[in-house]
Amino acid sequence: MIPVGFDYARPDSVDGALALLAEHGEDATVMAGGHSLLPVMKLRLAAPELIVDIGRLRELNYIRVDGDEVAIGAGTRHHDVETSELLATEVPLLPAVARTVGDPQVRHRGTLGGSLAHGDPASDLPAAVLALDATIVLRSPRGERSVPATEFWTGVFTTAKEPDELIVEIRVPRTGTAGWAYEKFTRRANDWAIVAVAVVDGRVGLVNMGSTPLRASATEAALAEGKSIADAAALADEGTEPPTDTAGTPDYRRNLARVLTRRALETAAGR
Amino acid sequence: MSIMGTRVVRVEDPVFLTRGATYTDDLTDERLTGALHLTLVRSPIAHATITSIDVEAAREAPGVVAVLTGADIDLEAPLLFAGAPKQMVRPWLATERVRFVGEPVAAVLTEERYQGPDAAELVDVDYEPLPAVVDVREALKDENLLFPDAGTNTCSVYNKEDPDPDFFADCEVVVTREIINQRVAAASLETRAASAAWGDDGRCTLFVSNQNAQGARDEVAGWLGVDASQIHVILPDVGGGFGAKIGADPEFALVAWLARHTGRPVRWSESRSENMTGMVQGRDQRQTITIGGSRDGRVKAYRLDVIADAGAYPRLGVFLPVFTRMMAPGTYDIEKVDSRATVVVTNTTSTAAYRGAGRPEATSAIERAMDLFAAEIGMDPAEIRKINVVAPEKFPFTTKGGVEYDSGEYAKAIDLALEASDYATLREVQKARRERGDAKQIGIGVSSYVEITGGGAFAENASLEVHADGTALVWTGTSPHGQGHATAWAMLASEQLGIPVDKITVRHGDTDHVPRGGGTMGSRSLQTGGVAVHQASLELIDLAKARAAEILEASVEDLEVDTANAAIVVRGAPGSPTVSFAQLAEREELKVQTVFDGKKATFPFGSHVAVVEVDTETGKVTVERIWAVDDAGPVLNPLLCEGQRHGGIAQGIAQALLEEVVFDPDGQPLTATFADYGFPSAAELPSFDLVTMETPTPINPLGFKGIGEAGTIGSAPAVQSAVVDALSHLGIRHIDMPTTPLRVWEAIQDAVKEDG
Ligand SMILES: Cc1cc2nc3c(=O)[nH]c(=O)nc-3n(C[C@H](O)[C@H](O)[C@H](O)COP(=O)(O)OP(=O)(O)OC[C@H]3O[C@@H](n4cnc5c(N)ncnc54)[C@H](O)[C@@H]3O)c2cc1C
Repeated sequence: MIPVGFDYARPDSVDGALALLAEHGEDATVMAGGHSLLPVMKLRLAAPELIVDIGRLRELNYIRVDGDEVAIGAGTRHHDVETSELLATEVPLLPAVARTVGDPQVRHRGTLGGSLAHGDPASDLPAAVLALDATIVLRSPRGERSVPATEFWTGVFTTAKEPDELIVEIRVPRTGTAGWAYEKFTRRANDWAIVAVAVVDGRVGLVNMGSTPLRASATEAALAEGKSIADAAALADEGTEPPTDTAGTPDYRRNLARVLTRRALETAAGR
Repeated sequence: MSIMGTRVVRVEDPVFLTRGATYTDDLTDERLTGALHLTLVRSPIAHATITSIDVEAAREAPGVVAVLTGADIDLEAPLLFAGAPKQMVRPWLATERVRFVGEPVAAVLTEERYQGPDAAELVDVDYEPLPAVVDVREALKDENLLFPDAGTNTCSVYNKEDPDPDFFADCEVVVTREIINQRVAAASLETRAASAAWGDDGRCTLFVSNQNAQGARDEVAGWLGVDASQIHVILPDVGGGFGAKIGADPEFALVAWLARHTGRPVRWSESRSENMTGMVQGRDQRQTITIGGSRDGRVKAYRLDVIADAGAYPRLGVFLPVFTRMMAPGTYDIEKVDSRATVVVTNTTSTAAYRGAGRPEATSAIERAMDLFAAEIGMDPAEIRKINVVAPEKFPFTTKGGVEYDSGEYAKAIDLALEASDYATLREVQKARRERGDAKQIGIGVSSYVEITGGGAFAENASLEVHADGTALVWTGTSPHGQGHATAWAMLASEQLGIPVDKITVRHGDTDHVPRGGGTMGSRSLQTGGVAVHQASLELIDLAKARAAEILEASVEDLEVDTANAAIVVRGAPGSPTVSFAQLAEREELKVQTVFDGKKATFPFGSHVAVVEVDTETGKVTVERIWAVDDAGPVLNPLLCEGQRHGGIAQGIAQALLEEVVFDPDGQPLTATFADYGFPSAAELPSFDLVTMETPTPINPLGFKGIGEAGTIGSAPAVQSAVVDALSHLGIRHIDMPTTPLRVWEAIQDAVKEDG
């Protein structure tokens, strides 16, 4: 549980971090909360030569309304998302999802940007961000660009982010307090999801049903056509390729996706 | 006022909660100055021949002092369980063949700890994979042998007689089923650790994390081929053992050998990943239960056939089926009981004791059998138990398992649990949910259990010394690692002497101070070591009276203890001269040493009722309530006793619902991190409803039995039974532990399919 040796830098600005990434290329790895990166380093599954620690950059830690959207700094901790009064009224799905991540220690360390960048299909926040039709803002010395969440995840642990880019902001539409729900299914309270379903405004995001967070498109289409919740939810696993592990077989996960989608849609309908 | 039976707050906690405990790896002992750090290169393959090991690159790595392979070690490889075939020895470091993932292959010694893993990565081992034997039935076939020289994978057979074909001939109803008591990991929060330093006097000081200093000393000395007097074992604080820290690990002796070899102290502390494959694991029995009787609910015959998994190198796990066979009939008075067990080696981590060690396996088996039988004849599971338990007037009762149960009131325990849970109302609630066809159903499970405590070493020693400043010191051969002996032993001495608990220090785990001792395991401490402290207190009073008689010029018979003043006084003579224990100690050392020998084991018992909710759409089980009657005789300190019951119940629920060590068909561990291994937190557990019942044992003067493992033994079958009960209306009769959501859901799918 001792990682391979590495160099460590803690720039005092986003620009400083970007300069280091530009200089060191693939040898450098950004660390925010470190709660996904450090475990893989300790297991020696990753051995970056340089850690660029952005965990203390205050300029990445904010939640504010910006027009029709809420803008969230990439360095915002899960705990801050969970307890944000602003999000509670503007985008209540996000605090509800953040609350289910790991345990309090994890939530005080892990960041929204880190969770999205890590790209683990079993993570909670990516599917929520996907269901929210959010936008991910990336910055590099070449400038800033916005990537829709629907195009951000490209495979297991891979994203549309270039190595010299930082996620700086996540822009989320203001949904108001109606029509959302999160159903996370675990064996233990602080586990990763075996399957989870995020619902907001008739859009459905799936956790751990394939190599990336997914949208249950067939369910969304059925809902748009006015089908019943039960009928629409029965399609939730269409087009998914759920993984196998000790917690679940693909068949089991498909079942969970359908059941949890139905339950989430029912809860959302009541809100 | 007597301190016995009162909720004295744990004296050990202030330090644990503030400064923190000092575990083996935290030590800053000067004997360890300049210590080298050991990193073990471990096999990533379950079964393979080693074709070459190249350590040259590792030797060149920064900070490396030595890199050794098995060829460098001049010690005979130890047989870790005396009864196993002699070829099944475990090499100190594997040279020809590896037999489980995590087996040590090379030892890297570095100046600094962090340098070890880097160097270890440079050790180049070539493996030629062999087919892995993971399943016990595969092992039994003897097609792929772990130890070709032994000619078999079987390391022990208990009861070689063929089963009697007419065993169930006079039974109206016979039910049989294969069930699995799965492998679990102790997952103690402190992983294994050892540090060794040899002194100029040729003695080795060995700090280890263990449940028994004296046992560890003897084993290590034996392996090193030195006299036990040359090894001084010290146990710092121990962060949990649960049975897995009984006995020395070969790594301990390796650390000591390396320290002697290099002439420098050596420290070793394993990582969590190493612990999850390297530390012994528990349970792992494939059981076939067959039960027969009449339709009126009388069980007449019961047979238990066990195949147990020893893992790659036979250890204590080979012995545990002996306990399982002993306890096979459980609380029941069954005319005919037959059992046998075969233990095999497989390419997995070795097995040994885990909270209950052999007895939970027996209890789960007979309790499943009772449920299956009850379901077959359409009888309530509580009813069938009450019909068949041993009647109170039959004690002491010699069972068909061949042991003598000391005392018990099994039906009363069941009744108490049924009453506390309002069993009849629970059945009503269940019925209503079934009628409504709710997605979430409830199930009710009832267990009745009896177990053995203090089943190994019946005797234990204690020494007690009072000092001139009025404080007292107890040395005990038991070895707490969380249980609270410092509080409990102080209470026992305080009760007799009147010295306040906070003036009594309890020490343990140092073989120079306590050369003999059985450690803490098998729930033995209170009924052996605790009673020894009680006995030492009485002996110290005798000694004090003899001395006081001269001073007070009275005859010994006229003297008594004034506990309010921790003094000896003349009976019935208020105002006459007195002498305190402290004053006596000022004149002359006031110290006794004693051994209490109970000569027998005791048999605590109880009954649990569990209610679970099963989400039939997802398979998720939630334990809603659990009522536990755990009768271990009189309770010394309810706070400590409840703590043991809580922890035990939690571990039993964990086995019933969540925990399982899983290997894939190649012997790769799939549950080697805390993310994958399912041990629960408080969030997965309900509040426990504890019901009091106290039936003393006649085998010691205080009537104490052990409470350490009872909760585990009672709760696992109750919860498992409740899960099955929730689904019994679908025709489901059994689901193996752990009843994970996946497994429960699959059982429901199968049942629905069969129905359709
Ligand atoms: C015990 C435990 C339990 C957990 N349980 C859950 C759970 O239930 N659900 C869940 O979803 N997650 C869980 N997590 C993961 C946790 O939420 C992580 O904190 C999160 O996934 C990653 O955030 P981080 O800030 O810690 O990222 P880091 O570990 O610092 O980084 C992760 C990756 O993202 C990159 N990165 C980080 N920030 C940026 C950025 N701004 N721009 C570009 N790249 C960046 C890093 O280079 C790295 O590759 C758990 C973690 C632990 C340790």
